[in-house]
Amino acid sequence: MLPFLLYVVLGLGIPTLVIINLAFRSASGHLTMSNINTITSGGQYLTGFETSLKLALVTSVIPGVLGTLIAYAVSTSRFETLRRIVATASGVLANFGGVNLAFMFVATIGFVGLVTGWLARIGLNPWSHGFSLYKFWGVALVYMYFQIPLMVLVITPALNGLRPAWREAAENLGASKWRFWRHVGMPVLTPSILASMFLLFGSGFSAYATTEALTGGTIALTPIQIGEFLQGNVISGEEHIGYALGFGMIVLVLISVIAYVTLQRRSAKWLR
Amino acid sequence: MASLVADNIVEFEPPTTPSRSPRRHRIRLGRGLILLVAAAYFLLPIYAALHFSLQDNNGNFSLQPITAIPSQPGLGSAFFLSMRLAIVTMAITMLLMVPTMIYVHLKLPRFRRVMEVITILPIVIPPIVLILGVLQAAPGWLKASPYLLSLVYVILAMPFVYRSLDAGLGALDVKTLVEASRSLGAGWVATIWRIIVPNLRSALLSATVLTLALVLGEFTMASLDLWSTLPVWIVAFDQTNAHVSTAVAMLSLLATWLLLTLIVTLDRSTSRQQRRKRTS
Repeated sequence: MLPFLLYVVLGLGIPTLVIINLAFRSASGHLTMSNINTITSGGQYLTGFETSLKLALVTSVIPGVLGTLIAYAVSTSRFETLRRIVATASGVLANFGGVNLAFMFVATIGFVGLVTGWLARIGLNPWSHGFSLYKFWGVALVYMYFQIPLMVLVITPALNGLRPAWREAAENLGASKWRFWRHVGMPVLTPSILASMFLLFGSGFSAYATTEALTGGTIALTPIQIGEFLQGNVISGEEHIGYALGFGMIVLVLISVIAYVTLQRRSAKWLR
Repeated sequence: MASLVADNIVEFEPPTTPSRSPRRHRIRLGRGLILLVAAAYFLLPIYAALHFSLQDNNGNFSLQPITAIPSQPGLGSAFFLSMRLAIVTMAITMLLMVPTMIYVHLKLPRFRRVMEVITILPIVIPPIVLILGVLQAAPGWLKASPYLLSLVYVILAMPFVYRSLDAGLGALDVKTLVEASRSLGAGWVATIWRIIVPNLRSALLSATVLTLALVLGEFTMASLDLWSTLPVWIVAFDQTNAHVSTAVAMLSLLATWLLLTLIVTLDRSTSRQQRRKRTS
């Protein structure tokens, strides 16, 4: 037990504390609020947070809904092979992300991608209608490729916990399908779905490699800005801004973890 | 990063009684549509990337990007660096997690709640923030070594190693096994190594493969720690020859997928055999 806790403290706790500490220090080591003030007073860093949050929100809500639908469609399907393929595929794809993923999408719907070519042939080239893989919605489209499988992974146990007896009971009492979902299915599932979305939110918020490989850092997300800082592209006098950005991310992420844990507790009441 | 996952292999339970509602037909149509759209979204990029990686620079079909892979400068050393990191990561993970998990299952079942929360953290704490702190906190001699990455990857791998082992141990009667082995005179090391580990084989295998996938795909930390691992090489080489670097990327994806499917399939068939033996 002790080695594990020690490892977590050394590997996760200390680095976090160091960042929090440095976020409140000036370059010469004095305590200061100026780093935090620089971030919260507007400008590119605040925009970075805004875009990151927007991206995390979009890529947690849409994949959250789609992932639930897919998981439901698969888990009620009659084909065992389909269920097995989806199970391993979502395991791999949810871990996928990053560089390889960026390449796949460039080859698919990049400026000279395969699907872009197909669409262009029927006169629907997305690039001539304002779409760009390297802007917000393009990046969001790519993120969904690992967010949807992640949702399928985390929501499937909850869907399996929905007991058939409940549905039968509702049907026997004369409930329509809609009323079953409205009064039994959704209330039981909602905490799990929301909790999973918070997890997706954290994952979307912190993704760095995909965007970096895709856009080379042209889209202003907080992780990208921290990356710039780490690579040494810093304005003098703002040496500790990177730590303050990291601190901001930790705070937001902790909020979503607390929400996740609380909601999971709630859903554990029914689904177990 | 997407290198995160709660349960890595979920089991879809078989459907229960078929619904006899008159709207069944429409529902099946809806399900088919959902699955079709999902399949298109997930398979098209794979197809497009494969298509792209089998082209020469003029856009004609060619196997040349694949055959050229072994001779690319820097690829060999990047691959071996990644493999070394993966092996060290897997070794530390197993040494750390297996005894801890057994102990928790035996003596501290209440601590599982805490472990669950701890192992969620690496999913959501941004890798970029973590490496920022690690580079700041690590002593100089450690920062000079690539194995610093392995130490951090152990943390990143925790969420799914934990869940995989937790499910594996949950399916065993650890207490009886340990008591039987101890009362027959085996020490702790022998009990873990010769009784528990063989029984956990499939859980350990899938944890290992996912750790491998994580290390082979991790870009954020490796690039910022300035080590040229496989994914870092792929991005850098993309400027030189995009076809070859896409081919390498696709190979690493397909290899992971194959390994995982193989393990799941083997695992299913052995457990089915065991079940058959038990019933006969």
